[in-house]
Amino acid sequence: MSSDFPTSAKVVVIGAGIVGNAVVGHLAELGWRDIVQIDKGPLPNPGGSTGHASNFIFPVDHNREMAMLNLDSQRQYAEMGVNNSCGGIEVARTPERLEEFRRRMVSAKNWGIDARLVTPAEIKEMVPFINEEILLGGFYTPSVSVVDSLRAGTIFRERAQALNALQTFANVEVEDMIVEDGVIKAVVTDRGRIDAEYVVVACGVWSPRIAAMAGVEIPLTPAVHQMIDVGPIPILEASNTEVGFPIIRDMDTFCYERQSAGSMEVGSYAHRPIFMTADEIPSIKESKLSPTELPITMDDFDPQLEQALELMPDILATAEIKYAINGLLSLTPDGFPLIGEIPGVGNLWACAAIWIKEGPGAARMLAEWMTHGQPEIDPHQSDISRFYPYARNDHHVRARCAEHFNKTYGIVHPREQWESERNIRTAPYKDRTDALGAYYFQAGGWERPHWYESNRPLVAKYGVEDRPHEWDARWWSPIINAEHIAMKETVGMVDLAPFVVYDITGSGAMAYLQGLTVNNVDVAIGKSVYTPVLDVNGGFRSDLTMMRLGTDFYRVITGAFDGPRDAFWFKKHLPADGSVRFEDKTSAFATIGLWGPKAREVMAKLTTSDVSNEAFPYGTTQEVLFGSLAVRLFRISYVGELGWEIYVPMENARAVWDLIAAAGQESGIVPVGAGVYGTTGRLEKGYRLMGAELDGEYTPVEAGLARPKVKSADFIGKAAYLAARDAAPAAVLCTLTVEDHVSPRDGIKRYMTGGETILTLDGNRIVDAKGRISTVTTAGSGPALGKFLLMAYLTPELAVVGTDLFVNYMNESYPVKVAVAGPTPVFDPTDARMKA
Amino acid sequence: MSELRILVCVKRVPAPGARITLTADRQSIDSKNLGFATSPHEECAVEGAIQLVEAHGGSATVLTLGAVEADEQLRYAVSVGVNAAVHVTHAGLTDGTDFDAQATARALTSAITSLEAAGGAFDLILFGNESADAGGFQVGVRVARSLGRAIVNGIKHIEISDGIVTARRESADGFEVYQLPLPAVLGVKEGLNLPRYPTLPGRLKSKKVEVLVVEADRANGGLTTLSFDNAAEVVVQTTMLGKGPEAAPAIVDLLEELGLL
Repeated sequence: MSSDFPTSAKVVVIGAGIVGNAVVGHLAELGWRDIVQIDKGPLPNPGGSTGHASNFIFPVDHNREMAMLNLDSQRQYAEMGVNNSCGGIEVARTPERLEEFRRRMVSAKNWGIDARLVTPAEIKEMVPFINEEILLGGFYTPSVSVVDSLRAGTIFRERAQALNALQTFANVEVEDMIVEDGVIKAVVTDRGRIDAEYVVVACGVWSPRIAAMAGVEIPLTPAVHQMIDVGPIPILEASNTEVGFPIIRDMDTFCYERQSAGSMEVGSYAHRPIFMTADEIPSIKESKLSPTELPITMDDFDPQLEQALELMPDILATAEIKYAINGLLSLTPDGFPLIGEIPGVGNLWACAAIWIKEGPGAARMLAEWMTHGQPEIDPHQSDISRFYPYARNDHHVRARCAEHFNKTYGIVHPREQWESERNIRTAPYKDRTDALGAYYFQAGGWERPHWYESNRPLVAKYGVEDRPHEWDARWWSPIINAEHIAMKETVGMVDLAPFVVYDITGSGAMAYLQGLTVNNVDVAIGKSVYTPVLDVNGGFRSDLTMMRLGTDFYRVITGAFDGPRDAFWFKKHLPADGSVRFEDKTSAFATIGLWGPKAREVMAKLTTSDVSNEAFPYGTTQEVLFGSLAVRLFRISYVGELGWEIYVPMENARAVWDLIAAAGQESGIVPVGAGVYGTTGRLEKGYRLMGAELDGEYTPVEAGLARPKVKSADFIGKAAYLAARDAAPAAVLCTLTVEDHVSPRDGIKRYMTGGETILTLDGNRIVDAKGRISTVTTAGSGPALGKFLLMAYLTPELAVVGTDLFVNYMNESYPVKVAVAGPTPVFDPTDARMKA
Repeated sequence: MSELRILVCVKRVPAPGARITLTADRQSIDSKNLGFATSPHEECAVEGAIQLVEAHGGSATVLTLGAVEADEQLRYAVSVGVNAAVHVTHAGLTDGTDFDAQATARALTSAITSLEAAGGAFDLILFGNESADAGGFQVGVRVARSLGRAIVNGIKHIEISDGIVTARRESADGFEVYQLPLPAVLGVKEGLNLPRYPTLPGRLKSKKVEVLVVEADRANGGLTTLSFDNAAEVVVQTTMLGKGPEAAPAIVDLLEELGLL
């Protein structure tokens, strides 16, 4: 062991690719000192994915968080002088792709990125060697750039070194991770042990291997991305620059062509998924080139050769394939990065599954998160705590990555459902919902009926209009709207098995929960609380409902999509003295909703308990008997109708489903899917959804969820919350109605899917005082109103009922009107129906 | 002289540059992470054949003895410009295993003899000087001897004119020049030329070429592989001489020590 190798550090960063380097740079800038960075390879290219990356950035992404990370990264590369803007053109060979480009125009507009649709002739003008005859058009982004990620990494390290914050050690192999009492304590290397308060795993494709040493999972898989370098090409050599022509993404063949000085790099996401495990990656010595530049399996690439030749015949016909690799990169089950503290081990952070295009931005996110407790860009999509246990293991990772690898350049619908890893979490009465023709969406791994084919006759009965455009109708059915109307006429039963249930018990339970929640949880036993849960900056961490079931007993209910993140947060803040116990009861209970004007009539048949409004008022909970079976009723509604959530022990759930169906028969009960529960019913009531309307960048004041009073107890985010209450809101969450659905382009009625830009009548996007952009957070029908509804944050001067605006859908403007500014429901504004 | 007919004999070997890992029983190499390539001397032989055909017309044929996987190396040769390919196979050959030199030479001679019987003699047969893995230096010589033709090894330059091949090889003091009447056999070395890479159309064409498959006879006897062993690793020690201008004296000392100053 050499004497200059440190034995302790404030933080050890494992990895010296673009991510590890950017992490040490940002940590140092934010004031961290005594940072030790290690990598098993040599510098400046230790042999990971950074070393063979194509290094280009197409900034436009449909997802806000990814777009923000891309843009932030591009800014950082530019500030370091290593961002070379060459422009980029995504080209279309199919009409479907052209339509996708119209959607990309909306995303470009959303994030303020200059982009335009170009004709084949315009493409030819920019890229003279392209065969424009096979193209239908293109999506041109002038700010597409190529960056020098290795140089950027060196600059990041040098900046940290200049602050005397960093020591970097190359050729150091991690051998073990020491965890004590659930907290990381040390990293053991082949050059000795380093005790550390914090450890960041930023080692790309090797991250799962390092995490496993600490007994936790980083759910990514090393995956092959094939790439060849073809040259020399005279016209490229003549440009006398690294990238003189725009980068081409041949979207329909899942390939790209990127100039690399005198040659052309052709990369593919079209081949079969080829995965490895972190342990299978060869060592540096075993590698001819580098551990992540594996010998190409050329048979997999051959179809792409033909397509590339077709696209650029003049230059590719004579050039030679000088370099060809199966390059390794990281894929995650849902395609988003893995950033944040790793559930299970305190102070062990991940910054992995990150590509060049988002590297510096992701590193800044992590560094801010470690420093301030919350990053500036909301990390909802990237948060490593988002995975249920079933989704963290290799089997799931591979199944999902195999499914989405070929969608890297795919056209992915906002409502698109996975095909793999289905039927892994099912309600006990699934045979019943199957028999009713349920069409399932997956929620938190659960199969959840989205609508029921058995209700198709209701479409004609209520005269529900179909959506004429296939895209708008994809993963949707008019049955949803029919179920909505039927429920509001009679009564509906809703499968809510995916609900996440946590029991919080112990003498410290109340005080503990007070410390996490905005609203006062010290309510009478049998009552409930709906409350935001904030991060330190006063943005939304979660919103959830809890029932008080005893002096020291709360049952917390949260949504299927946020269960793991909420569990992580709750567990992280448990007091060390053991006075609070956290139990995940999700698998113990199924939940069935019963709502509609006839819900009480049905409930009265199910139980002998008094279910009158007086005996069982809104917002309260009671345990009753359905025959011999004890169930818990919770009088609450997310769909704006009278009724209950019925919590049933899992083993009774099938029997209870049958009891409800039988009791409701005379009342005309209909099964109602999540299409109503999550969208149409919710929208009409203006209920906000975590991950849609609510995220870390918006406050309860802006979301219209601030109560008149603030509780005296302290809670996380309270200072920021108080400040937000004192300030005029920069944005107000509004509900808008679409006034005309007819497409100006082709006269077809169009229906938004969410994510679109709200525009002023002048056609400008709306940016609030905090720099946030008005986009559609949720879009859906309001069948009871006969209107199509959108939710969006607007600046206060526009957040006025009656304001006329546009929504930009598929690059066309449709008139919309503000129906409600703030939380008042557009339907039944006094909540008379659900409180009946 | 009629059309020039050239045969190049190649061998599939683990791509040089990576440390070779052995299987636990040391009976073979672990090919999990290995790329395979044509032995580098033979890549030059292939390139040499293509250049000769480009200069003089005629055709180049590539031949290998190997497991089914060696098809990859035949097609690679076609992708850079060789006209035809012959695969001499044997059921006993798996990827990464060899016949010994004697058996290899016997199988090649037999295959070449039948090819020549069918299509006429090859004017020139090119071998690599030695394979990158086994490094036996024998096969070319044995085949030439069996065919009764002259062979020179270590060749780095070839010219053909008037039924004579002129070949040059480096020696300690310069180079030696040989003139051989055709048909002849040469063992060539890296440095003969700079092999080209395949073009996209070349690669696509190679996928479609029909490879002539010939069954090899495996005579009894010869050498048997008992087990493999890795060569001792050469440990390279890096010494930091210093940073910035302060390092200059140490660098000067070292250069003097190495006799470079």
